[in-house]
Amino acid sequence: MDVRPEILALILACAAVTAVPRVLPLVLLAKVRLPGWILSWLAYVPVAVLSALLAIEVLVVDGRPAISIANPAVLAIVAALAVAGFTRSLIGTVMAGVGLYWWLAG
Amino acid sequence: MNQTADTFTDGARAGLPVVLGYLGIGLAAGVVERAAGLSYAEVLLLSMVLYAGSAQFVLTSMVALASPLSAVVLTVFFVNVRHLLLSAALAPYFRRLPAWKSALLGLQLTDETFVVAAGRFAKRPPEGAAWMAGLNLAAYSTWAMANLAGAAFSAQFAGSAAATRVLGFALPCMFAGLLVLQLAAQSRIRTGLAVALFAAALGVAVQVARPGPWAVILATLAGATLGLALERWTSAPKSSR
Repeated sequence: MDVRPEILALILACAAVTAVPRVLPLVLLAKVRLPGWILSWLAYVPVAVLSALLAIEVLVVDGRPAISIANPAVLAIVAALAVAGFTRSLIGTVMAGVGLYWWLAG
Repeated sequence: MNQTADTFTDGARAGLPVVLGYLGIGLAAGVVERAAGLSYAEVLLLSMVLYAGSAQFVLTSMVALASPLSAVVLTVFFVNVRHLLLSAALAPYFRRLPAWKSALLGLQLTDETFVVAAGRFAKRPPEGAAWMAGLNLAAYSTWAMANLAGAAFSAQFAGSAAATRVLGFALPCMFAGLLVLQLAAQSRIRTGLAVALFAAALGVAVQVARPGPWAVILATLAGATLGLALERWTSAPKSSR
């Protein structure tokens, strides 16, 4: 149950560089009224960031594109997207996707 | 606070899907962290102080490779700098909050809690900080406990890379679910779809050409810009040109 000093330093340094981008805009931009076009731009951020994170996680394997149904993650995510579209249930989506992936690749 | 105000409990309840997702990913993270030689105390500290899934995986793999501190910190910064965009997107909803409350909410901002919050606020702006604090704390406490549980089970799982991989697959599944919910909430679904496809294609292309966290950042910046351009273009009055 020990914490090595070098690991503590590493965690604290990483936490600091993580906290700044999380906190700064919320604190600073709150006092400013942003122009409409910036608000419109920001409204597309969630879709863009999620889509990029998802695509990279699933379609790139060991630095190479793996856009094929031979990639079990692709099949499982297509199924998860379908479940999400029909049920709008995040829990159902995660369970269906993980379950199918387990069956295909586990 | 009146009775109809957003309560802490409402927020925690809205976080239930994130809680379930974090159980899976947190377990996987704990297994990997312990297997990389971190002690239980270090796993707990990591999940409570850093509290960032992808960054924890990055840190763990770099510690296992004995990378220098500066390299780990810089990589974690690049992985997490996308939170600038998420934090900026929530800022307009918390204009009337005292700065220290905004700071506390921001400290526990993640991709998943952001999407749940942004989806809810687009329908109805928050009243005060309680709702988001409930959402945040539900996700945060689950994350720490799941990491610790994963560390405890690490010995059982360590022989099975497959089990860890399957648990970790909760992450892309959660992204997929959140993406669909976000698209459904867009007032312009077709523009949203175009942004999603474009960001996905660009992200994959950049990641293949030059692996690194900038792939996500670049795809996000370009994707949101495309969304704005399409919106302006399709809604511009004909007489102005």
